Amino acid sequence: METGEDDLCKNNWGSASILDYEMAREDEEEEPNLHVFKASSSCQDNNNNGGQASVDFLQGVKAQAWDPRTMLCNLSFMEHKIHELQGLVHLILGRNGQLQDEQRQLVTADLTSIIIQLISTAGSLLPSVKHHNMSTTAPGSALFPFPREANNLASQTLNNNGGASQELVLPKPIVGESHEMKNEDDAEEGENLPPGSYEIKQLEKEEILAPHTNFCTICGKGFKRDANLRMHMRGHGDEYKTPAALAKPTKETVPGSEQMLVKRYSCPFPGCKRNKDHKKFQPLKTILCVKNHYKRTHCDKSFTCSRCHTKKFSVIADLKTHEKHCGKNKWLCSCGTTFSRKDKLFGHIALFQGHTPAIPLEETKPSAAASSQRGSSGCGNNNNNAGMVSFNLGSATNANQETSQPCFMDGKISFEESFSPLSFDTCNFGGFPRSIFDDSFQMLISSACGCSPINGGDGSVSDTSV
Amino acid sequence: MKKAKQIQHSKPFDLLSEELVFIILDLVAQNPSDLKSFSLTCKWFYQVESKHRRSLKPLRPEYLPRILTRYRNTSDLDLTFCPRVTDYALSVVGCLSGPTLRSVDLSRSFSFSAAGLLRLAVKCVSLVEIDLSNATEMRDAAAAVVAEAKSLERLKLERCKKLTDMGIGCIAVGCRKLKRVSLKWCVGVGDLGVGLLALKCKDLRTLDLSYLPVTGKCLHDVLKLQHLEQLLLQGCFGVDDDTLQSLTHHCNSLKNLDASSCQNLTQRGLASLLSGAGCLERLDLAHSSSVISLDFASSLNKVSALQSIRLDGCSVTCDGLKAIGTLCVSLREVSLSKCVTVTDEGLSSLVVKLKGLRKLDITCCRKLSGASITQVANSCPLLVSLKMESCSLVSREAFWLIGHKCRLLEELDFTDNEIDDEGLKSISTCLSLSSLKLGICLNITDRGLSYIGMGCSNLRELDLYRSVGITDIGISSIAQGCCHLETINISYCKDITDKSLVSLSKCSLLQTFESRGCPHITCQGLATIAVRCKRLTKLDLKKCPYINDSGLLTLAHFSQGLKQISVSETGVTDVGLVSLANIGCLQNIAAVNTRGLSPSGVAAALVGCGGLRKVKLHASLRSLLPPSLINHMEARGCAFLWKDYNNNNNNNTLQAELDPKYWKLQLEEDIML
Repeated sequence: METGEDDLCKNNWGSASILDYEMAREDEEEEPNLHVFKASSSCQDNNNNGGQASVDFLQGVKAQAWDPRTMLCNLSFMEHKIHELQGLVHLILGRNGQLQDEQRQLVTADLTSIIIQLISTAGSLLPSVKHHNMSTTAPGSALFPFPREANNLASQTLNNNGGASQELVLPKPIVGESHEMKNEDDAEEGENLPPGSYEIKQLEKEEILAPHTNFCTICGKGFKRDANLRMHMRGHGDEYKTPAALAKPTKETVPGSEQMLVKRYSCPFPGCKRNKDHKKFQPLKTILCVKNHYKRTHCDKSFTCSRCHTKKFSVIADLKTHEKHCGKNKWLCSCGTTFSRKDKLFGHIALFQGHTPAIPLEETKPSAAASSQRGSSGCGNNNNNAGMVSFNLGSATNANQETSQPCFMDGKISFEESFSPLSFDTCNFGGFPRSIFDDSFQMLISSACGCSPINGGDGSVSDTSV
Repeated sequence: MKKAKQIQHSKPFDLLSEELVFIILDLVAQNPSDLKSFSLTCKWFYQVESKHRRSLKPLRPEYLPRILTRYRNTSDLDLTFCPRVTDYALSVVGCLSGPTLRSVDLSRSFSFSAAGLLRLAVKCVSLVEIDLSNATEMRDAAAAVVAEAKSLERLKLERCKKLTDMGIGCIAVGCRKLKRVSLKWCVGVGDLGVGLLALKCKDLRTLDLSYLPVTGKCLHDVLKLQHLEQLLLQGCFGVDDDTLQSLTHHCNSLKNLDASSCQNLTQRGLASLLSGAGCLERLDLAHSSSVISLDFASSLNKVSALQSIRLDGCSVTCDGLKAIGTLCVSLREVSLSKCVTVTDEGLSSLVVKLKGLRKLDITCCRKLSGASITQVANSCPLLVSLKMESCSLVSREAFWLIGHKCRLLEELDFTDNEIDDEGLKSISTCLSLSSLKLGICLNITDRGLSYIGMGCSNLRELDLYRSVGITDIGISSIAQGCCHLETINISYCKDITDKSLVSLSKCSLLQTFESRGCPHITCQGLATIAVRCKRLTKLDLKKCPYINDSGLLTLAHFSQGLKQISVSETGVTDVGLVSLANIGCLQNIAAVNTRGLSPSGVAAALVGCGGLRKVKLHASLRSLLPPSLINHMEARGCAFLWKDYNNNNNNNTLQAELDPKYWKLQLEEDIML
């Protein structure tokens, strides 16, 4: 029941951009359609015309989506269709309602198809809201007076008339995308489909970047997922609360989907390896892959990590993943490079002369505290304080190249506060490159040692006094 | 100029050049007290002595500024007697003997931090060796500081449990000249740190990775070291066959491999370890999980130059031992200690081809009887050391044969054996015998001991623990013949009296004297030892009820070198214990169940003995001593052992313990439990 709605929805999507690949098949699949209409002799020509016209129109849409001429053409097409519709209704009137059951069915099917074409064309007339309306032109409520009926009709058509339905069938993944968000990301790597064994689709930039793909036909609210839309629709009336309306559209409802070729996607960016015109074209597997690829590769990285203020991302999920790990388990080299894994750091150090693992300065604090614990519980505090001060001295000489003692403390504290991968390379412990610091370092250390007995004097007193 | 002045004043020595005095000092240096009296002779001697001395082992860190000012040429500084070495002390060391210092031992010290180490590392530019073992609180930051000592060649970091790969990485990058590194028990260090060490320090000779959580992965890098001679992998559970599988190395420099207690290493992994180490000389497979079978032994065919093998605690088969004997004919040392499965046949087939065997350890191989010992005696004439404690099935005749055939013996351990006077008589023909252990040998008497006294004039160590057949006569013959005696244990020899002590006082080199549970010893005997044996360092007087304060007073006056004393269950009171504070070197006191002691007396003694490292006291004193005192002592580096013996149940314990039969029964009961 509900499939009709979805399929129609797909149809509109398809008419927007992907139809160029559908065309060839549509032409073939016209034949059973024709065959059926031959049986209902009277409407054959009309229908045939209509089918042909729709093909033309769709090609036009594909070629120049924003051309006023196309819009004009669309309008005339609609006019033509309305006439057609009128003809059909006249026909029914002429027969005076004495149609055979079979004939009636065919007429209703015809009616449905024409109405659908009308709706889709009308939708494409509004350039600014193209995606929004296009993607959601559910024939249901707003545009069609009897939504349920229409659905019924549509589904009937689908069931009875394979040919007609083929025309409506649209790339499944557009719907599938909303359900299979995460797990298909980047899964296309390493897939080696021979060229030609799959059909290639290419979404336009605007479609890729559209925040929502599912829209409520009543209030116009957009949703990322089809399921969310269905949940939302419940608020618009009891007719959306039926199990059928709420059920997830399944793949089985699309007849002939098994026979369909595997679908792969192309990036609309010219010159990209993922673009179908590239020599070594590597297709993308799903719509989600297209979206992520396009955003990552061809868009600005507008999301900045709030912790390190360094890393930027164009996909918000990437930022969230990074923020989970940012600042944690940073393995640092003296050259300022950070690694997320220890073995990578050690590989780096093994490779380069003079690079050494940088011990984060936070660690020196616990060690000093530990040594004071260890030193003594009662009598050694004085001395250990001295030790701590002088240690700060040592490390701070390295870091800040300052000389007066209060500044050391300040320097150290501020340094610890400002500890981040960014600032680390300038003031990391151990100093890199060494050769630059060596002389001044030695000198400062010796001066530190020179004054150390004064510092430690307290310690020795405490040592002997107990 | 000063020297010239000195020579003017000290006429008797004006012909002596400094070099000549240095040579004399080299010879005098063996005895510290001699050196002391030498330097007190005159000012010039004092100065020459302070120029001559290279190594220092100070008792107190407080003296460091003074002694380092006096001995400006100090190159080796051993601080193991100073439990508390502060950053200040280290900076004093750095400032006073910075350029000359080559080696520092801080393995028993604590309360220094990275700051002190930094001073040391930066000031002592020629520092070659540093021992930082047992710095359990040391972190990577301190290790990064150690890396500043660029010329470091020998580094010990045993039990530095908080070190990680990062710290070791810093050391590996900073100290490129490292030759010997010990990381034993550094449980935070893994494959990455060790791998980097092996990559960066190409001169490594010795690497101790015992009990590290490393796998075979880092060994791929380690075994590529061109100069590696010694690799210790004791208790590395991560080293298994699979990670060693693809090991291809040609580490011909490797001489010593310790793979003991590697539970996951079996024959396959060992084969790949040994495949490239053709020149291996020493192999330690103690407590291996696999059975030393014929197959296992066959993996030794690559290392036919093997000189020493340890299989302690392994289950060995007869075939395996035979194969080892055939494959490694150049073996000089074999240790089968605690291999309970060793049989006479196995040992005989092992030693039959090992003509050059020098050392054999068959401790606790209880199945062995006289047959295999006879075979050992017959086929190994060059035997130097034989340890066969608790081989109680070995017949008396076998001992006779050992003394008869192996004339080069130096070290013998016959503890808990059936050896008798005849055996001792034959052993006394081994003129170079220096260590003889005859504990719990119930068949020996004074007669046998007198043979030893007459024959073995080089004896340095004698253990007569619970050999109850010994009286004063035996001891006096030993004291007369063995004037080099350094260590003697006469514990629980119940017939020993002061006469023995008087005769033993002739052995002026005596250092360790254990007379635990000798009920007839009094203070008079002890006084003679104290007066004449100036080198006495270890004294055990536990359960000697007639020892009292007067004995300790004499000790405190004469035995200034005493380091360890046990006065548990004696008649010592507060006076005696406090008098011990007079001994500056004293480190270790045990005074449990000494009824005459009051809490205040113990407290006074504790405060008085400045260098104490370990004190064993009764648990009841724990609550009686002021907590601040205990804290203070612990801060000074003194550890307390609180013992809680239930002595009330049987008041006649000493009597019971003196009866060897009863004691053995008790021991067996305990083992059964």
